[in-house]
Amino acid sequence: MTGLLLQARGVRVDFVTRGGEVARALDGADLRVGAGEVVALVGESGSGKTTLARVLVGLQQPDSGDVLLDGTPLGRRPRDLKPFRRRVQMVLQDPAGALNPRQTVYDSVAEGLRLHGLSTRDPDGRSEERQVADALASAGLRPPERLFLRYPHELSGGQRQRVLIAGALALRPELLIADEPVSSLDASIRGEILALLLKLRSDLGLGVLVVTHDLGLAWNIADRTAVMYLGRIVEAGPTEDVLADPQHPYTRALLSVVPEMEGLEAVVLEGEIPDPTRIPAGCRFHPRCPALASGEAAEAGVDDDCRRTPLAVLPDHRGHNVACHLVAARIPARDGQ
Amino acid sequence: MPDLLTMRDVSVTYRTEGGDVPAVRGVDLALSRGEIVGLAGESGCGKSTLASTILRLQPPSATVTGQVLFEGEDVLTMSWGDLRALRWAGASMVFQGALHSLNPVRRIGDQIAEPIRVHSPETPDREVEARVGELLEQVGLPPTRARAYPHQLSGGQRQRVMIAMALACRPRLIVADEPTTALDVMVQAQVLDVLSALVHELGVGMLMISHDLSVLADLCDRIVVMYGGRVVETGPAEGVFGGALHPYAGALSAAFPRVGDPRARFAPSGLPGDPPDPAQLPPGCAFAPRCPRAIEECTRAVPELRSFGADRSAACIRVAS
Repeated sequence: MTGLLLQARGVRVDFVTRGGEVARALDGADLRVGAGEVVALVGESGSGKTTLARVLVGLQQPDSGDVLLDGTPLGRRPRDLKPFRRRVQMVLQDPAGALNPRQTVYDSVAEGLRLHGLSTRDPDGRSEERQVADALASAGLRPPERLFLRYPHELSGGQRQRVLIAGALALRPELLIADEPVSSLDASIRGEILALLLKLRSDLGLGVLVVTHDLGLAWNIADRTAVMYLGRIVEAGPTEDVLADPQHPYTRALLSVVPEMEGLEAVVLEGEIPDPTRIPAGCRFHPRCPALASGEAAEAGVDDDCRRTPLAVLPDHRGHNVACHLVAARIPARDGQ
Repeated sequence: MPDLLTMRDVSVTYRTEGGDVPAVRGVDLALSRGEIVGLAGESGCGKSTLASTILRLQPPSATVTGQVLFEGEDVLTMSWGDLRALRWAGASMVFQGALHSLNPVRRIGDQIAEPIRVHSPETPDREVEARVGELLEQVGLPPTRARAYPHQLSGGQRQRVMIAMALACRPRLIVADEPTTALDVMVQAQVLDVLSALVHELGVGMLMISHDLSVLADLCDRIVVMYGGRVVETGPAEGVFGGALHPYAGALSAAFPRVGDPRARFAPSGLPGDPPDPAQLPPGCAFAPRCPRAIEECTRAVPELRSFGADRSAACIRVAS
């Protein structure tokens, strides 16, 4: 991975529930995003993926571990965060709710520039109007001037999502963090927005971390994919490896239930991700693991490990990594084939 | 002859201050017992408006023409008494967003029991309770969950409760409007399993509305694709998803790529522009302004739905016969 840009290292985040219990939303998560790289962070509701995204944009302080930008740990004072926030921009989901209904498109996009004092002090000497127009044009809204005085309710869903992206682009960030950027959009618009993210990468060298439960989206645009389960990354690597040759039983199950998925027999897991106040011992996935339930793990002699031995935090290295006792036991066998 | 639902030349027009808005324009649709038909399309295509006419739930500002025959009786003209019976026990609806449709301060068992108690007030409590337990089991929840409040359930469990409520009075038709849209892929798979098991075990018919053609292809026997208030393609589910005739149906099917398909890598597929506003439909084919295959002739007349073999039709002059 050339030009590492943003990194989460051993990040842990606890929330205290109303009952006074500690819910561990992130339990040691490592993730890297390189300059100009598109990374998909996938998982179900409750996996911790949105919490990790919030930690990575500085909206959530980790209880331990750190976030590094260009290898430098992020400070905790608001003053330290400001330059960081310009370089790493978040694009929120739900474009209908994220835009202020009483603000024109122009003001929505200019707001970030004003907050960062860039309206009057653009490094290239552009006027605020020029900066807003350039951002809208980069987001595919052309001619930009025609949209300046429009309000969100006058726009289509796809246009609203583009305005949100333009608001992020106005600050000329190096990385966008997009949480479910297309989940509320119509099917035919979805591809256009995803194509825009790829175009921004090729035109501006922008990196993108996209947080999603949609594996098709990851297959569409991501160089690398990381799969989260209950606060940890359980499988990560190049998208072709993780999604076309999944190793972790959880990734395999997730993929097997994607509608119209071929080649994998559908494994519908029972129940949902457990409550993070009670993370299971051993492998956190073991109570729902189809490989343990079917006796496959016992055959390989790892079933005790699955139930008792915790797995190390998956390092986000080059290559394809999997946090699974069964996969680890099989690696020699795979090499011998 | 379909034995459950036959819609013939149904049109729905909303009267607004800005003039008449044609939301649905001459749609035919048929559904038999034990069959799942998928109704696909994007916001504003008229799919939910069309579905609302099945229970005559369209708003008062709407004028409906054509016929909506439920077991041979026209819903649009039937008496209030018959309509009430239909809404109780003939057909029921499952909506998306179960969180907002359940009463937060009542136990879910009571909410499931309510239609039974109102519909047949003479039913003894013990029987109602047993029926609630049976309904919860049918949707894959333990009967003990009847005592839970909505906030104690996950999104997937709440959607199961909505399905149990829809089944309470043993309807013959279930209309499910985007029932899995807000759910994760694993929970979606669980809910879709429940729905298809119900159709096959209870022999009910189901009309499932979604913008996700891949979900419909997995679950449905037939798919009807709507655009700009009209049916643009209809046929067996696999045929429409895997080999669409109409360019719009093709675009919808490409929007959700097959994971593992090398052609979809770094090549997300979408359409320029937005779905049309029903108040300002373009002349001719409503899809022409966004269609990669459009020619000038496409803008001259609204294309008729033409047959392409048995049980397959498309409304596009660019598809060769």
